[in-house]
Amino acid sequence: MTHAAAVHHTSMGLDSRKMAFWAFIGSECLLFGSLISTYLIYKGKSVVGPYPHDILNIPFTSVSTFDLLMSSLMMVLALAAVQRGDLKWTKIWLFATAFLGILFLGGQVYEFSSFVREGLTLQTNLFGCTFFVLTGTHGAHVTVGVLWLLTLWVRALQGKLGPAQAVTVEISGLYWHFVDVVWIVIFTLVYLIQ
Amino acid sequence: MTGSRGLRSWLTTTDHKRIGLLYFYTAFAFFLVGGLEALLIRAQLARPNGTVVGAETYNQLFTMHGTTMIFLALMPLSAAFFNYIVPLQIGARDVAFPRLNAFSYWVFLLGGLFLNASWIAGPVFRAGVLNVAPDAGWFGYANLTERQYSPGPNVDFWLLGLQILGVSSLAAGFNFIVTILNLRAPGMKMMRLPTFTWMTLVTQFLVITAFPVITVALVFLMFDRFFGAHFYLPQAGATPLLWQHLFWLFGHPEVYILILPAMGIVSEVLPTFSRKPLFGYTVVVYSGVLIGFMGWGVWSHHMFSVGLGPIADSVFSATTMLIAVPTGVKIFNWIATLWGGTIRGTTALHFAVGFIAMFIIGGLSGVTHASPPADLQQTDTYYVVAHIHYVLFGGTIFGLFAGMYYWWPKMTGRLLSETLGKVHFWLTFIGMNLAFFPMHLIGLLGMPRRIYTYAPDLGVSSLNLVSTIGAFLIGVATLVFVVNLWRTRSQGAPAPNDPWGGATLEWAIPSPPPPYNFSVIPTVANRLPRWKTEHHDPMPDPPAAPPAPVHVPGGSWWPPVAALGLPVLALAPLTHHLWLAFLGVAITIYGIYRWAFEPFEL
Repeated sequence: MTHAAAVHHTSMGLDSRKMAFWAFIGSECLLFGSLISTYLIYKGKSVVGPYPHDILNIPFTSVSTFDLLMSSLMMVLALAAVQRGDLKWTKIWLFATAFLGILFLGGQVYEFSSFVREGLTLQTNLFGCTFFVLTGTHGAHVTVGVLWLLTLWVRALQGKLGPAQAVTVEISGLYWHFVDVVWIVIFTLVYLIQ
Repeated sequence: MTGSRGLRSWLTTTDHKRIGLLYFYTAFAFFLVGGLEALLIRAQLARPNGTVVGAETYNQLFTMHGTTMIFLALMPLSAAFFNYIVPLQIGARDVAFPRLNAFSYWVFLLGGLFLNASWIAGPVFRAGVLNVAPDAGWFGYANLTERQYSPGPNVDFWLLGLQILGVSSLAAGFNFIVTILNLRAPGMKMMRLPTFTWMTLVTQFLVITAFPVITVALVFLMFDRFFGAHFYLPQAGATPLLWQHLFWLFGHPEVYILILPAMGIVSEVLPTFSRKPLFGYTVVVYSGVLIGFMGWGVWSHHMFSVGLGPIADSVFSATTMLIAVPTGVKIFNWIATLWGGTIRGTTALHFAVGFIAMFIIGGLSGVTHASPPADLQQTDTYYVVAHIHYVLFGGTIFGLFAGMYYWWPKMTGRLLSETLGKVHFWLTFIGMNLAFFPMHLIGLLGMPRRIYTYAPDLGVSSLNLVSTIGAFLIGVATLVFVVNLWRTRSQGAPAPNDPWGGATLEWAIPSPPPPYNFSVIPTVANRLPRWKTEHHDPMPDPPAAPPAPVHVPGGSWWPPVAALGLPVLALAPLTHHLWLAFLGVAITIYGIYRWAFEPFEL
């Protein structure tokens, strides 16, 4: 990430790191695709409760979904700021994005612990297995994203995040938006369509 | 940062050529281990009611033989050539991400050691040595792999080891896709890429799409075994078929991950030694791409005996027969390349032609599995073992040996002995047919696979003895190859830039190439830059020395450090020490941060 924006010639005219990241996102689609398919295959197959409609809190999760969507907006603003060399707003928007990510994770921690209190664990039934592993994997991705954004924020605080490093912010943005899109799919398939 | 010699320079290297050699030697060592396991299996099966090993040891031997050969020998031997040859073929100075490349290698090495440590780790788990190696087959079918049925750490070693190795393959996949798409020399259009590079590209796309699927399957298994989930437990309403679907969704593309690089190698070797361009280059490339796509649509042919119903069976039967078409197209193109060529019978060509012949047999027995009624007779018998070995030994290994004889002079600057090479080829060829052809008959006569012995009245005793003799012949042949490698170090004839008269860019530079590869990055005007054809003259060789000093990236300690965290993390569930998980994650994160912030100019 400390590379000066060494503009290397590339055959496709696309930054190599960005291309690698697109390939990574393609690969991640198969990862989440397998997890989501498993959730759908096992839907309604649990032999004991609690079942999804007993326990899923749609209003609460709608709020955290809105929170994550807003974090994507902050990410866009952060990229725009770093590209125009506006260090002040780069810092603000990067921190805002990370903060909303942390808020989302907090919501997930609250959701998981309330489910456990209501008797849904990994060991309870197939809903518990598939739900916790799917949303937990997503949460792990959000955690990585938050660490990444905070790292960029610290770089910005050090004054080392200018337009020359914009591509690193852009790549972290690709990741962040992808994780957000995955959540939209999960929210729709797991929470809304029961 | 580092010198060019000594242990430190190898530990920190980011040079694709050195990493290629590391891949080669490591994978070849694992190949010998896997071969030793095979010989023990064959020794046990030489006579009915064999007593060389017991049933439990036998289970570990066949599981580790399959796992080792696929994940620790064939894939990384292909990776040795991806690393060494692909950047040279496209006229690049290195791969797109040299440190990520080093990381892939170290993760592979550590993952391989982790898996094989299971052979001797018994005492740690209060069991005997040779007691805790994986023992549920390389396909690890649920729900045999559940804690209830496999209580020991055996399956844990397997599922954790494979997850580590998956990280290595995925990282290499992204790296080579970007390298091939983005680092081509000027004028090297996609349809001018050498066939080996093309097949590498298709393979990497399969890797990055197939490995996430097995990762998920393994994560489910891990949650079942360690955290009491029940993804594969029928008591909880789950279906063990989920494992089979996920495993073969990965497993069938994996077959093409194993064979496409060998097909690429053969497509390089045949034209060079026939002194003719590859017949139908475009069709060979598109067939490879088509195989890559169709490889995703055939997985359930591994599951005909499950009883998926007539519609699913028919669809997967049809797609499986269909995938034989692009494969057959390639075979005809290879034969047509040889036809009318000026043939030089080098060892590399022997192995390449052997590849075609053996792969046809393996391909044909594969088509017989495509028919569900026939497959039901063949499932779980030695017939399937015969098929897989004709495809993966007669196919992949022959292709890899062709590549070794072809590119060894480029990689080390010395030519392998052709005399020993021919001995190696003929012993391998005879040995493999003796070992694997009788398995077709043994299987059709009803001998099941994965069973540690058989009764004398089954009528397969003499065929099994022949198979064992063949296996040991392959062992002798491999020793001949080892001798050949060893004596070439000091006595091999020095290789010129281009010992064979090859058409592709790697032959334009010294053997072995200098750290910067090309003194001047070549400009490519056609698909056979080093050949004179009716349309063009050969490209001039790059000057012997670069006109200005070329920047070569220094080494880095951080890829091996970041890699080290993964096996430490994997030890945590195995030994039930939570602090190891924190330690492993901390090591990897520390490595990644140092890596991200160290000065490293590409």
